[in-house]
Amino acid sequence: MATEKGKLAIYWAASCGGCEISLLAINEKILEVDKAFDIVMWPCAADGKVHDIEKMADKSIDVCLFNGGIRTSEQEYMARLLRAKSKVLVAFGSCAGEGCIPGLGNVSNREEMFELNYLKCPGLDNPKGVVPQTETEVPEGKLHLPLFYDTLKTLDQTVEVDYFLPGCPPEADRIWDAIVAILEGKLPPAHSVIGENSTVCDSCKRVRSEKKIKSFKRTWQIIPDPEQCLLEQGLLCCGPATRAGCGALCPEVNSPCIGCYGPTDGVHDFGARLMSAVASVIDSQDPDEIRRIIEEGIPDPIGTFYRFSLAKSLLRRSRQNGHHATPATQEATL
Amino acid sequence: MSDQQFEPKIVGFLCNWCSYRAADLAGTARIPYAQNVRIIRVMCSGRVDPTFVLMALSQGADGVLIAGCHPGECHYIEQNYKAMRRYELLMHALRPFGIEPERVRLVWASAAEGQQLAEAIDKMVADIRKLGPLKWQDNWNENGERLEALEAIAKEHQEAMEVCSHGH
Ligand code: SF4
Ligand code: SF4
Ligand code: FES
Repeated sequence: MATEKGKLAIYWAASCGGCEISLLAINEKILEVDKAFDIVMWPCAADGKVHDIEKMADKSIDVCLFNGGIRTSEQEYMARLLRAKSKVLVAFGSCAGEGCIPGLGNVSNREEMFELNYLKCPGLDNPKGVVPQTETEVPEGKLHLPLFYDTLKTLDQTVEVDYFLPGCPPEADRIWDAIVAILEGKLPPAHSVIGENSTVCDSCKRVRSEKKIKSFKRTWQIIPDPEQCLLEQGLLCCGPATRAGCGALCPEVNSPCIGCYGPTDGVHDFGARLMSAVASVIDSQDPDEIRRIIEEGIPDPIGTFYRFSLAKSLLRRSRQNGHHATPATQEATL
Repeated sequence: MSDQQFEPKIVGFLCNWCSYRAADLAGTARIPYAQNVRIIRVMCSGRVDPTFVLMALSQGADGVLIAGCHPGECHYIEQNYKAMRRYELLMHALRPFGIEPERVRLVWASAAEGQQLAEAIDKMVADIRKLGPLKWQDNWNENGERLEALEAIAKEHQEAMEVCSHGH
């Protein structure tokens, strides 16, 4: 019996752990997963050691669900290892697919982050100013820590990815759909998203009336009307740019969509797509007024337009003062 | 290379009905202007999606010019107002990325305004020359010895495995 079972690996990199929980949210269906697969690795919930994976033949794992972005050399190592050992590699959740919240660190870099976290953060007790190093000498020999990167990369900026499962985290029903698709071999073309290709607006029940707005509102400033489109009430709802799949959960409870399902197929840059949609609701033809509406209403443009997708965006990160010396061409060699 | 030799690469999205003709006019009237703009003709400034601008900047352009018909004169009625709103949103978003506003410009130029367009281009080229090259993808270079760090992990794991197998 055991010989018929497939092999499944589940791994996490720069992520919050929510994807692991979402996987368990398929509830008793996890038993179906267990019936179909031997779990060879799942650091959060099961055993399975890295050296056991290293010893396996290439492509001997049937499916690997990989959540999290790539922020350190150790995460990159594991991404490469699991890619080599897996037939199907799935970027599971927004972090692996688009960078998500960990990817927002791309407005900064290692030096700034270390300085804040180890030296400047109020409440720190670090009188000697100790900052993590990649190598430390101890009497027993040298100890190593992974290298922390300036820029978080998505999984597909690191290794080839077969499928993407969007969401922060992916909805349990969509996860189950994907597992069934994998089990039945009814998968979409390689490199595509397993999911729907309409927008959150398409699945939102609110009434749209092509109303335009003179100011944006933050969520704490108004109690929105429960029937009317939130964007038309001035709340910056990401529904027009965001892939459906959640059933418009957030607008359903009077909260604007913040874009966690990422863009629809063929979109190169989620933020640009959203900017286009948002530009259409601003009710002004006067550049000064337009500027005022935008500047007053959108105090954090990266957090608004790229909350989940900064690492995957066309620009990927903010500008660094001193460009680093390593030539970009080295990227492709390993 | 010295700063003097830096020739900015600018991608220009010019509306077919006005600015593209203005550029044409500047050419035929032999109005001299900087040759740094790679012109892409679009049917209307409203066709220019912020994606186009980001794509250009991320792939090596030092600046992007969008040019269309004067407000009120768009051949598709209001599309240049849409361009205006998109532009303002994009500029607001580009600031925290560290991209200077001089690098992305929206100008209005009618088909008769070859001179004005030429001046706007000259000004833009001069501004960007002062700022220097953008070289966006250099931002993606990694700190430290990334490849060494990756190899070190593989080597350590290899050694650990040898220790394990000796134990058995
Ligand atoms: S913008 Fe938001 S509230 Fe309006 S229809 Fe789309 S998802 Fe619903
Ligand atoms: S409404 Fe938007 S933010 Fe909320 S769960 Fe759906 S995709 Fe995510
Ligand atoms: S036709 Fe020229 S800007 Fe619309």
